[in-house]
Amino acid sequence: MDILLAITVGGLYAAGIYMMLRRNVVKLLIGLGLLSHAANLLLFTAGGLVRGRVPVVPDEGAWPLVIVADPLPQALILTAIVISFAVLAFALVLIYRTYQTLGTEDLDELKATDT
Amino acid sequence: MNAQAVVILPIALPLATMVMLLLSLKSVPAQKLIGVVGSTLLLLSAATLAWLVDRDGILVLQAGNWPAPFGITLVADRLSSIMVLLAGLMVFAVSVYSLASVNDSRVSFGFHPLIQLLLMGVCGAFLTGDLFNLYVWFEVMLIASFVLLTLGGERRQLEGAIKYVTLNLISSAVFLAAIGVIYAATGTLNMADLALKLRSFPDEGTVSVLSMLFLIAFGTKAAVFPLFFWLPASYHTPPVAVSAIFAGLLTKVGVYSLIRAFTLLFVTDLEFTHNLLLLIAGLTMVTGVLGAMAQNEVRRILSFHIVSQIGYMVMGLALFTPLALAGTVFYIIHHIVVKTNLFLIGGVVEQRFRTGRLDRIGGLYRSAPVLATVFFLSAMSLAGIPPLSGFFAKLTLIRGGLEAERYAIVVAALVVSLLTLFSMTKIWNEAFWKPAREDAVTNVSPRRRSRIGRACLYGPTILLASITVGIGVMAGPVMNASMATAEQLLDQNAYINAVLPDGPTGQVPAVSSERTSQ
Repeated sequence: MDILLAITVGGLYAAGIYMMLRRNVVKLLIGLGLLSHAANLLLFTAGGLVRGRVPVVPDEGAWPLVIVADPLPQALILTAIVISFAVLAFALVLIYRTYQTLGTEDLDELKATDT
Repeated sequence: MNAQAVVILPIALPLATMVMLLLSLKSVPAQKLIGVVGSTLLLLSAATLAWLVDRDGILVLQAGNWPAPFGITLVADRLSSIMVLLAGLMVFAVSVYSLASVNDSRVSFGFHPLIQLLLMGVCGAFLTGDLFNLYVWFEVMLIASFVLLTLGGERRQLEGAIKYVTLNLISSAVFLAAIGVIYAATGTLNMADLALKLRSFPDEGTVSVLSMLFLIAFGTKAAVFPLFFWLPASYHTPPVAVSAIFAGLLTKVGVYSLIRAFTLLFVTDLEFTHNLLLLIAGLTMVTGVLGAMAQNEVRRILSFHIVSQIGYMVMGLALFTPLALAGTVFYIIHHIVVKTNLFLIGGVVEQRFRTGRLDRIGGLYRSAPVLATVFFLSAMSLAGIPPLSGFFAKLTLIRGGLEAERYAIVVAALVVSLLTLFSMTKIWNEAFWKPAREDAVTNVSPRRRSRIGRACLYGPTILLASITVGIGVMAGPVMNASMATAEQLLDQNAYINAVLPDGPTGQVPAVSSERTSQ
């Protein structure tokens, strides 16, 4: 399972970076989305995968002996997903407004503020 | 209420102010009033915090009384409290300045609540003692800055924002990945606990990878070479009050995180990490200042100088001696004040002429002598002319460099300093010294402004300029504070003991060794 997830994470990173290298601003946004998914999944995998265990330590805390799922990575991902959702929603509106104002979706034409 | 509770105030006050502001969004005068009052309270609480930390040492607040490393820890050491104090000072200056410079439609679309949200993120990032919490504060700060950057929706704002948003999101994704890997490797995210665990970490390769991931994540936020391109592309586009607070605070959050990471966490392989940092510092200084020389617009020049000066701050960190780190701290104090002020002054210039382009403006020495004086003081301070604050900051860094026998970086720092002077002289000559063009638009002449409006524009700039002079004149106490900060930063055990009074915690649950094999 670890290997499968590792390959998925790698694939998501590759796809995300590929999309960001395109000139279309919508593809840039899709690339950013994929990148944040990859990061979330990496966090999930890196936190350790445990199958069929609840993330609760029993009362009699025989802690190293009982295997429990680690709840922390899941809590972290939940936070990260909410944040990336909000940020991507903002970015979506931003590129829409940019398209309305500038009339282009080609990143190479957004040069006015560059140096 | 005990002293620890003060640690939460710089985060809680902006939040409370923001809620009040959102409730009164319809009334522009109420927005302005609450915004300024909230910023003043933040400044006062930050000053209290700095005083308490100076008196009692490191203050630690375990949120919800969960002992570290299980809960979220807020830590205020000398560096944090100085940064929070500067943040409070800047938001106070910018809030007052914005009264006369940000138009009412932007105010009614939530300029003041966003500034408070931004400050909550900035102060949170300075005070947290937990890596994931740092990520969350970064995002709070970023979301507020995204909206502030685009508020108004002008053409160039949107263009600048696309670059700013993209690069900051990439750096956040890298940061998040780094958090995942460091948690997998050590099983903790509490910085003090991490510092302990990384000290005796068996696998050097993993630590190197981790340090580089954090370097990329924080380096992008701090705008170091070669990750700085978002900064000059976006900082000159929003209203002046916004770019002033960005210039003063946002990159410094990145620098602060770099300092934290490379004085507390990644100190086992100095040969590799800190030499790389030194190289980055040199390249950042040089590319920044060369970029600035090629520009012809006030705020664009100043944006490139931010990049250049980040190099100085990283230089002190990379040298990693008490004197050099004290130089970094001194430089940050000096830079935040001076840079914000230069942007504010640039804003007054732009308001007069409706443009910041150097070939269209002129004659300000004659028509606005007060402005000319404050600009002159700040610009000379930036270049490092004695007896202003920049001189002592650079002197300390260069002494640190000589002491560590890193002569190449010292030469780079001196040459860049000279080029900074050249670039500041360019603004001075073009905007202040040369006669105004016949056809220059000066439709916002100071006579037509109300007395209060002028006080709001000039008051903050005069305040910040006098602080610059003050730091220069009373360099001794500031230097002592910087030295104490540097020594505290290098004494990792003090930080660790403050956060984890009961010593290191037990081993991580052995999840990783018992993974399912499916």
